[in-house]
Amino acid sequence: MAKVCAVKKEVSKDGIKQEVCDETRAGLLPVLQEVQDKKGFISDKDMQEIADRFGIHPVEVYSVVTFYSFITDKKEGKHVIRVSNCITNEMAGNQKIINEFEKALKIKMGQTTKNGKVTLKMTSCIGMCDEAPAVMVNDKLIGKVTPGKVKEIIRGLK
Amino acid sequence: MKETKNKKIDRNGPVIFSPIEPWAGLNQALKLGRSELLDVVRDSNLRGRGGAGFPTGVKWNLAAVANDEEKYIVCNADEGEPGTFKDRVLLSELSRLFLEGMIISAFAIGAKKGFLYLRGEYKAFLPGLNKELADLRKTNYLGKSILGKKGFDFDIEIRLGSGAYVCGEETALIESLEGNRGEPRNRPPFPVNTGFNGHPTVVNNVETFAAVVHVVAKGADWFKKIGTEKSAGSKLLSISGDCTKPGVYEVVYGISINDVLKMVGAKNTKAVQVGGASGTCLAKKDFKRKIGFEDLSTGGSIIIFNSKRKMLDVADNFLRFFEEESCGQCTPCREGIPVLIDAVDLIKSSKCDKAYLEDILSLAETMQLASKCGLGQSAPNALVAILENFKDEYKLSKKPREEKLFNV
Repeated sequence: MAKVCAVKKEVSKDGIKQEVCDETRAGLLPVLQEVQDKKGFISDKDMQEIADRFGIHPVEVYSVVTFYSFITDKKEGKHVIRVSNCITNEMAGNQKIINEFEKALKIKMGQTTKNGKVTLKMTSCIGMCDEAPAVMVNDKLIGKVTPGKVKEIIRGLK
Repeated sequence: MKETKNKKIDRNGPVIFSPIEPWAGLNQALKLGRSELLDVVRDSNLRGRGGAGFPTGVKWNLAAVANDEEKYIVCNADEGEPGTFKDRVLLSELSRLFLEGMIISAFAIGAKKGFLYLRGEYKAFLPGLNKELADLRKTNYLGKSILGKKGFDFDIEIRLGSGAYVCGEETALIESLEGNRGEPRNRPPFPVNTGFNGHPTVVNNVETFAAVVHVVAKGADWFKKIGTEKSAGSKLLSISGDCTKPGVYEVVYGISINDVLKMVGAKNTKAVQVGGASGTCLAKKDFKRKIGFEDLSTGGSIIIFNSKRKMLDVADNFLRFFEEESCGQCTPCREGIPVLIDAVDLIKSSKCDKAYLEDILSLAETMQLASKCGLGQSAPNALVAILENFKDEYKLSKKPREEKLFNV
């Protein structure tokens, strides 16, 4: 794994200021987030390497990985589509959207397409209740999703 | 990402959306000096806008007098409460305002470093916010000797959340910042004494930081004139559900639920959930009640249900949310929520008898009293309110349940 440096800090060594990676524990989550972005999951090997860098046991890295729902220890697709399941989205008919995604991607909720391109997931409220039903496609929030728009969203994924 | 502006809603209001000169708050803060600034914030009766309502001036004062070289400011932009999206508007449209609030608070308590904890769901706002921070560094509103004031050094770093609702709880947020699982700590001690890495830390909501700029610029008396005696100022409400004009509104404290419903074009309203999943569910008889710390204290989530909605389905949705988001650390929350979910199923299928319902209500009370943090303490609230307020939506079984104890 190429060394990921998510948080830098300034140190002075021999009177010269330079930026180095922050490898105190507080720098752990940003590193995990970056590896997740690049690889789609945190592999056992990466957990070991990250643990070595931070000087902690790999099981501690594992405990953090498994706590956060946007960080996974199983490989996710290149694109992740998350459908909000909060009450306003349910009221606005998110089940129709879910059905449409499942049909178009030929997978069930929680699965990844065979070619590894798209993962379909449920997620808690994404802060788009005024535009329900809403989905999060990678980092982008999309509101007022209609069954027709589902195909458009999938076509937009490269 | 640009906020899609809802043309039906005007962005104007008495405090947050009211006009203000850029940097009027910070300039005034520097003019007042630290101790007078703390007095203004305390006298204004500004209370935390995240929902808990702790007096901001008291919090700042505790951190300011703490004896430590290293202090931190944290802006809690991890709104995850179902039905809350007001911070989305502040983060995308008024970022300069709440960042100014953070700089003012840093000056007040003597912090050198601030964190903006941005929920992972709002990652799309990250590039815009980073650009804003870069601009502030260029113009010396962040960095060393801010505005030429010697010793006033402060910078802000953005940290992303990763989809954990419980990290909106301030001690869980600090755990997350420190690189740990976002599990809430025991309180006390409070973050103002032992926060980030054990140093005094002020954690405030995005909206609190935005409001404080107006408070400092326009004065405590101006602020106190808005709202009610016990709830000074205004509140941003995120309104969604069965209404024609959902969105973010700024309202004066003391507004009744009836008036809120009128404002957003809600018809045939049966119930209103105030405060999101962890809040309370009101029936028609309660619509005269008012938004404010003395009555309905809320982080701003208002979800409206019309007469067609089934309230037990609503309770079920909320409980499943809490089951997913519980950190699993303490027993009442971890073990209690699944029992409540099963109970909702039993009630829905009329298989729950009176004795078991009483058991369930007593379990709910135990969770409210014995859970470690606000998540578990408030998880049963909506169910208890719905069972009380919408008795005509379920029937109890006359046949006693054979199994008396919880099915754990």
